[in-house]
Amino acid sequence: MPVFDLSVTSLREFNSMLHSLAAGANDTAFEVVNPRGHHAVAVGIDAPVTVDIKGSVGYYCAGMNDGGNVTVHGSAGPGVAENMMSGTVVIEGDASQYAGATGQGGLLVIKGNAASRCGISMKGIDIVVHGNIGHMSAFMGQSGHLVVLGDAGDALGDSLYEAKLFVRGSVKSLGSDCIEKEMRQEHLEKLAELLDKAGVSGVRPEEFKRYGSARKLYNFNIDNADAY
Amino acid sequence: MSYHNPFTPPRKSATFDDHTLAEIRRAAATGIYDIRGAGTKRKVPHFDDLLFLGASISRYPLEGYREKCDTTVVLGSRFAKKPITLKTPITIAGMSFGALSGNAKEALGRGATLAGTSTTTGDGGMTDEERGHSQTLVYQYLPSRYGMNPKDLRRADAIEVVVGQGAKPGGGGMLLGQKISDRVAHMRNLPKGIDQRSACRHPDWTGPDDLEIKLMELREITDWEKPIYVKVGGARPYYDTALAVKAGADVVVLDGMQGGTAATQDVFIENVGMPTLACIRPAVQALQDLGMHRKVQLIISGGIRSGADVAKALALGADAVAIGTAALVALGDNDPRWEEEYQKLGTTAGAYDDWHEGKDPAGITTQDPELAARLDPVAAGRRLANYLKVMTLEAQTIARACGKNHLHNLEPEDLCALTMEAAAMAQIPLAGTNWYPGKGGY
Repeated sequence: MPVFDLSVTSLREFNSMLHSLAAGANDTAFEVVNPRGHHAVAVGIDAPVTVDIKGSVGYYCAGMNDGGNVTVHGSAGPGVAENMMSGTVVIEGDASQYAGATGQGGLLVIKGNAASRCGISMKGIDIVVHGNIGHMSAFMGQSGHLVVLGDAGDALGDSLYEAKLFVRGSVKSLGSDCIEKEMRQEHLEKLAELLDKAGVSGVRPEEFKRYGSARKLYNFNIDNADAY
Repeated sequence: MSYHNPFTPPRKSATFDDHTLAEIRRAAATGIYDIRGAGTKRKVPHFDDLLFLGASISRYPLEGYREKCDTTVVLGSRFAKKPITLKTPITIAGMSFGALSGNAKEALGRGATLAGTSTTTGDGGMTDEERGHSQTLVYQYLPSRYGMNPKDLRRADAIEVVVGQGAKPGGGGMLLGQKISDRVAHMRNLPKGIDQRSACRHPDWTGPDDLEIKLMELREITDWEKPIYVKVGGARPYYDTALAVKAGADVVVLDGMQGGTAATQDVFIENVGMPTLACIRPAVQALQDLGMHRKVQLIISGGIRSGADVAKALALGADAVAIGTAALVALGDNDPRWEEEYQKLGTTAGAYDDWHEGKDPAGITTQDPELAARLDPVAAGRRLANYLKVMTLEAQTIARACGKNHLHNLEPEDLCALTMEAAAMAQIPLAGTNWYPGKGGY
């Protein structure tokens, strides 16, 4: 497996190598050592490659990932897997704010906690957080699933569209137009599938509550002005 | 002889004028603020308040049509491996598919390409038609990130990170349910028919230090090939320009309050932001203070209508301009040929601004297939190209008269101001004097 030492190789060289991989290339698995909190590590991947990052990263790791499988063996700074299209990103430690922001597909797994605005403006991504998430998470979430095994902070799902939120622990408060919804069989099945994909064991889907949009803010009504 | 009391005509209030009274009644009846398209309609100091001096004994002119007056502009020469070169410094501003019909977007691409300039996507992503018909396409990176994906990022010629726009600095996009058709809803990943309110702030960065990292990420994703613009509304042009440069922008786009929008609150359009004229000199000053003037290019937009406006913006230090509203008019927006239909909508040609309702008789600001079909993208594109070429020629005419062999050689010294306000805002001496308000501490 080719190893890139970011204390020696430039970030630009590493990222452009990932982008230049031809279809059918022999080497599709890479290891990164000494990431040292670099920003924008392994961004713009557009092939089914595997990248193991041995350490913690800064902002936007695996940003716009499209098909790659990236594992951070450490913690991730803000905006990890932002705007992900497809593939899988796993954070073994904690993730800072905006994790999975605007993601359109793929799976983001955070084995520790995620800070505020996790899944902000999510557009189809699935996010599973083993720990807790911070305030304003899933703000304006459009579609996809956010699964939280721990607790959620203030204003969960504020101004939510059609993203589905599942929280096993407590929710400090719900944001505007976000309500608890009935957990139906289809949701339990989806939840079981996501927990399985995220490597979670010993946790039953029935332990979660589901939250979603009340859809009262979809079309403007002056009598809802207090909610804006 | 009998005495008749002389008649005193009824007097209307200047404060509570007819428009104000009507707006109070409308708000009371409907319970919603007025939403509309376009830019400010109030009169503000503008390029009309500046004049060129022309040549004299101390400045000699160039022959019109005979001596060369270059109009090319290179954008993105600071960091991008592939800067873009345009034949004219007049570009087409970002306008979304969603706000505009597919035919209108195609026409913008066709017209810009014929004239040798760029066009720009908008809040809603890139369509194949638009990419196909645009030789040089700038891809907007907006807070909503609707339709944002790495494939389109890579097939763009430049990236424009939108922080704000002149019509609504501090506000996000708005697209009401009437225009969220199946295709628009699909591209934006939203339920059909909802009132879509885009975020006003980017979801994954706040402040200039984060922006610097965001620009670096976009450069890494695109292998440092694409020029990256940063677009701001006319609010604090000196600091916004300086911070955009600090964050690593190749190009700063500065949009004054006359700049249009597809839809937002009238109260926002009319009361937030600064006139374009007041934005240019502080931005140029910031670039000069940083030693980056002409290295980071400055694009000015908001109320550019003619070659004279272009020449004035460039003389004040801009490298290029962008047009939006004027481009739509060239396509056919607000054309009197549709007067009968404008009347049915309760308006008149020249005043129609309910672009958010999607009922545009000219077929431009609509998603209604029947209305959209009224706009022939080939003919409309040709009209836009004609207009762009006329404006370029007009700007050249003025530049030659000032003795300049490139539009970029125009300078503040070529101008005088007609009003105190314009003199102060543009830091151009009042006509017949060598003074402008603030100069020398007075």
